[in-house]
Amino acid sequence: MRTLAPVDLSLIEPALDAYADIPGSLITILQETQETYGYLPMSVMEHIAERTHTPIATIVGVATFYAQFRLEPVGKHLIMLCQGTACHVNGSQLISAAVTDELGIEDGQTTEDGLFSLKHVACLGCCSLSPVMMIDDRTYGSLTPDKARKILRELAAEDGEGDEAK
Amino acid sequence: MRIIVGEGSCGLAAGAGAVHTQLEALIAQDNPRGVQLGITGCIGMCFLEPIVDVYEDDGTLHRLVRVQAKDAQTIYDAVMGGNLELLGKLAITPEDEQFLSKQTRVALRNCGIIDPESIDDYLAHGGYQAITKILETGMSQEDVIQQIDVAGLRGRGGAGFSTAFKWRAARDSQGEQKYLICNADEGDPGAFMDRAVIEGDPHSLIEGMLIGAYSIGASEAIVYVRAEYPLAIIRLRKAIEDATARGYLGEHICGSDFSCTLRIKAGAGAFVCGEETALIESLEGKRGMPRLKPPFPAQAGYWLKPSNINNVETYANVAWIVSHGGEAFAAMGTENSKGTKVFALSGKIARGGLVEVPMGTTLREVIFDIGGGIRSGKEFKAVQLGGPSGGCVPASKLDTVIDYNELAATGAIMGSGGMVVMDETTCMVSMARFFLDFTAKESCGKCVHCRLGTKRMLEILDRIVAGKGEQGDIEKLEDLCYAIKDGALCGLGQTAPNPVLTTIRYFRDELEAHIDEHRCPAGECRDLISYSIDKTVCVGCTACARQCPVGAISGERKSPHEIDPALCIKCGNCKTACRFGAVKVA
Ligand SMILES: Cc1cc2nc3c(=O)[nH]c(=O)nc-3n(C[C@H](O)[C@H](O)[C@H](O)COP(=O)(O)O)c2cc1C
Ligand code: FES
Repeated sequence: MRTLAPVDLSLIEPALDAYADIPGSLITILQETQETYGYLPMSVMEHIAERTHTPIATIVGVATFYAQFRLEPVGKHLIMLCQGTACHVNGSQLISAAVTDELGIEDGQTTEDGLFSLKHVACLGCCSLSPVMMIDDRTYGSLTPDKARKILRELAAEDGEGDEAK
Repeated sequence: MRIIVGEGSCGLAAGAGAVHTQLEALIAQDNPRGVQLGITGCIGMCFLEPIVDVYEDDGTLHRLVRVQAKDAQTIYDAVMGGNLELLGKLAITPEDEQFLSKQTRVALRNCGIIDPESIDDYLAHGGYQAITKILETGMSQEDVIQQIDVAGLRGRGGAGFSTAFKWRAARDSQGEQKYLICNADEGDPGAFMDRAVIEGDPHSLIEGMLIGAYSIGASEAIVYVRAEYPLAIIRLRKAIEDATARGYLGEHICGSDFSCTLRIKAGAGAFVCGEETALIESLEGKRGMPRLKPPFPAQAGYWLKPSNINNVETYANVAWIVSHGGEAFAAMGTENSKGTKVFALSGKIARGGLVEVPMGTTLREVIFDIGGGIRSGKEFKAVQLGGPSGGCVPASKLDTVIDYNELAATGAIMGSGGMVVMDETTCMVSMARFFLDFTAKESCGKCVHCRLGTKRMLEILDRIVAGKGEQGDIEKLEDLCYAIKDGALCGLGQTAPNPVLTTIRYFRDELEAHIDEHRCPAGECRDLISYSIDKTVCVGCTACARQCPVGAISGERKSPHEIDPALCIKCGNCKTACRFGAVKVA
């Protein structure tokens, strides 16, 4: 497991200043939190509870209700693998097996090196290019198991090069 | 001359971004003919993406398809050299053109034509004229609602409720503050109509919402967009800024007494939030659990104030209706389903994409005449309508017309527009299991019938696809279906049994084959099939052996290979890898 860096609570202050007093903004605040830290650290949720005068149970309740929120950090690249109807009909199970085999992770997990996290989602809205996956806001369509493996290897290789350059 | 690159999500996924970058670089170097490079949203022909439209100065269109970055030079040379013949090999075929020519576009009227990031382009195509007409000629709220009523517009989000009825209810509801909400949650997996409208023509959504807000007396409007649609959010945000800057949103719109603001709320990923009362809970920052109705949102919605919620496509029709008159809309369609409907055609279809047709068109016309039927020459088996709330319609019902009542009579529903086509290789039992898995996961847990009922159904279906079905399972499923339909609190639970009920109704033989003979006729259910290599077809190319993740395939190069069933995990890699069709599934 990777160790977690201590969380800097001040990073979320601008969002809290903007939204803490507007009723109904909890989801927006949590979205900002995830945008800032990559996930929802417990200490930040406790801080939000204090600042918004909301019970922590309510905040965790909302955080665990929605699929978008993560309570743990994700890898550098987030793979969203579509399991929607069209992708299912066009063989998304084969893609998912290939990705799992290639990276050694299942839905919801992150690779040891922290490079990739895998998340199954229902429909990315590109059904006519199914099967589809999205990695960091870029969509890849008409996948085959081979093509999926290749995309992952290329991304991993790019990162390797970047590291050497440093 | 103008070169327009189709840059909806699907175009971008197919590589439109790289095409654009290349063209931009070439044009930046030298542009002797003053060619303009622009973008547009999804024209709906997703199977041909990336698409580039070249418009001559007289408006003549050359539509280029499956364009890759390397083709940019050809396009540039053709356009700059005035030699458009060069584009021939990229041009769309007359056959593929039929995809569009058989459609009637109202909600999608501007999609794939205008630049979604330019309010001027929208204005040049008649945009904001409907709201201007209402405000300048002093049409009353009732005058507007009357047009919507004459049009016979029914909600496109799935339930098909009369829009005029809802607007009147919200208008008549007492309250200083009222809200108008747009449901852009588009949760049905396999549907992308609303995404295309927002990405391709965000201003017509805004205009439709403004007209709605005026009609019910709302001064605040909100669009609840799915988190998975980042591009839609970006384009809508830009459209809101531009419309505000031009005085179409904000205080005293078009110099009138009518004021209305509009903001976006990004969803956070929960199917149930597409249900209107759950959506309202989510807007209030809570867990998206549905409320008991009544009271309806028109009486007590967002912050318990009178609220009206409609779907994206519903609003996208509104400005057209006001401009052309309710009668023009009602002239299309059937007795009780007026106008057009957008469908997202996908699955095993030859030409997948967005289709808008008049109500009353048959399923066969949509799937075969427009969609080109099944790709790779296989046999059509069923079409799934309405996603997790709908059902699978078999080949025998292909002549059913698109009409709320006719489709409901098949056991499916009109739904929001997802149309996933399946061929003989799709197992209908596995499909039913797929949907129950979805609803069981997405059930919010508030009511017992849905929370536990869907889980019990899923367990039975899990057993059946694993070859462990028992006599009486079908009856047990039916009992559960009716109990859940009657007992569930919201539409999610009430409609969750539909995929199972239609499978029992039309594909009982497939269910029985799984239960009685432990056989999957479509060859899809892993526990019930085995892979083998036809020795008379195999040429020994070793492609399959190289793809096998568990080393279950053996054989010398250039001689037939063999699969060890004890090792095989039935991943299907070998079948995909084989170019000779030698891998058989039984
Ligand atoms: C589980 C469930 C999911 C729904 N999802 C959506 C959706 O994604 N988009 C939508 O417009 N309506 C959806 N609806 C329907 C809405 O509750 C509501 O009827 C609709 O937004 C009203 O708009 P309309 O009258 O314009 O169709 C859903 C309903 C249920 C029960
Ligand atoms: S089903 Fe996968 S993108 Fe829609």
